[in-house]
Amino acid sequence: MTEENTPENSVRKGMPLWIQITVWSVMIALLVVVFVGLQRAREGNVQAGAETANFDFTMPLFEGYDYEGAQEISLTDLRGKIVVLNFWATWCVPCQQEADELEEAWQHYKPDGEVIFVGVDYVDTEPEALAYLAEYGITYPNGPDMGTKISQAFRIQGVPETYFLDRNGVVQHVQLGPFSSTQQIIGIVDSLR
Amino acid sequence: MKKLNILILLFIIISLFAVMPVSAQGGDDGVSDDEVNAIARDLFCPVCENTPLDVCETQACKQWRELIRLKLSEGQTEAEIKQYFVDNYGARVLDEPPKEGFNLLVYFVPPAIILVGIIVLFRAFKEWQGDDQEEYEDSSEGSIEPKRASADDDYMAQFEEELKKKK
Repeated sequence: MTEENTPENSVRKGMPLWIQITVWSVMIALLVVVFVGLQRAREGNVQAGAETANFDFTMPLFEGYDYEGAQEISLTDLRGKIVVLNFWATWCVPCQQEADELEEAWQHYKPDGEVIFVGVDYVDTEPEALAYLAEYGITYPNGPDMGTKISQAFRIQGVPETYFLDRNGVVQHVQLGPFSSTQQIIGIVDSLR
Repeated sequence: MKKLNILILLFIIISLFAVMPVSAQGGDDGVSDDEVNAIARDLFCPVCENTPLDVCETQACKQWRELIRLKLSEGQTEAEIKQYFVDNYGARVLDEPPKEGFNLLVYFVPPAIILVGIIVLFRAFKEWQGDDQEEYEDSSEGSIEPKRASADDDYMAQFEEELKKKK
């Protein structure tokens, strides 16, 4: 008679249990990492309705672009105000196109203090950033995205991107690409007041 | 004749410039492109994924290279400059992720998978070898026929017996 493939034989010939457990654990862990990565990539940028409390940040500010005398700005400190968070870079041509409009809109809201504009400089060098801000006469608080943590939190897809946060820190509108006019910015902000 | 002498003199001067050794251009700061690129080739700009900084032609990368030049002219070391870029743009700018935290997976998982693969293959080959040996051992003594032959014999014997019964 031929030798049957009995359970005893399978155990004798199979891999030791600890190797099987290790291999399966590693495979499952890798699949989870890949799945999470793909899921995150598929999500795209932060959408309207997102609570920014989940990805609060503190950003250092460029010299001369402070916020109420402070050299850094925290998103939680801005609760109670409408926040216009603009991601930009000096090497980004569309950012240059909307620079004047953003400054004009900031000047429009600056006196009442209920709206705050914040510029987040993405993957840039400080000398060029300061030159850019001076060239376009930008005066609202601006700082570098240190470690690209803020842009990663908002999962930006490019620059310029602008996020309009209401007084509770909830994203109410997302502008991908440049604004066409100052009135467009004012229209969006007024809808949140 | 005087004009000819001037022409010859000019020709000699131009020729002298032409044979001068060519080195990588540097700015007024005395930092050569080679020195900048030696650091730039280990860095990746997040905007241009998978393109080393030394060969990337975007505006952002040009600015980064100028920043490296500036920092070299200020006397900063390669390690200090790389650390500056990590602090400002994150660890993903490095060509090799730092050996800490979650990044350790990159260094340990692939060798571990290869090791486990080698163990699995080694054991599988050993088992196959064992199976072949068992087949030979189980077959009749002195015969080099494998076990299948003995199974065939049993079957043939049963087949012939069935035939006899029918007759």
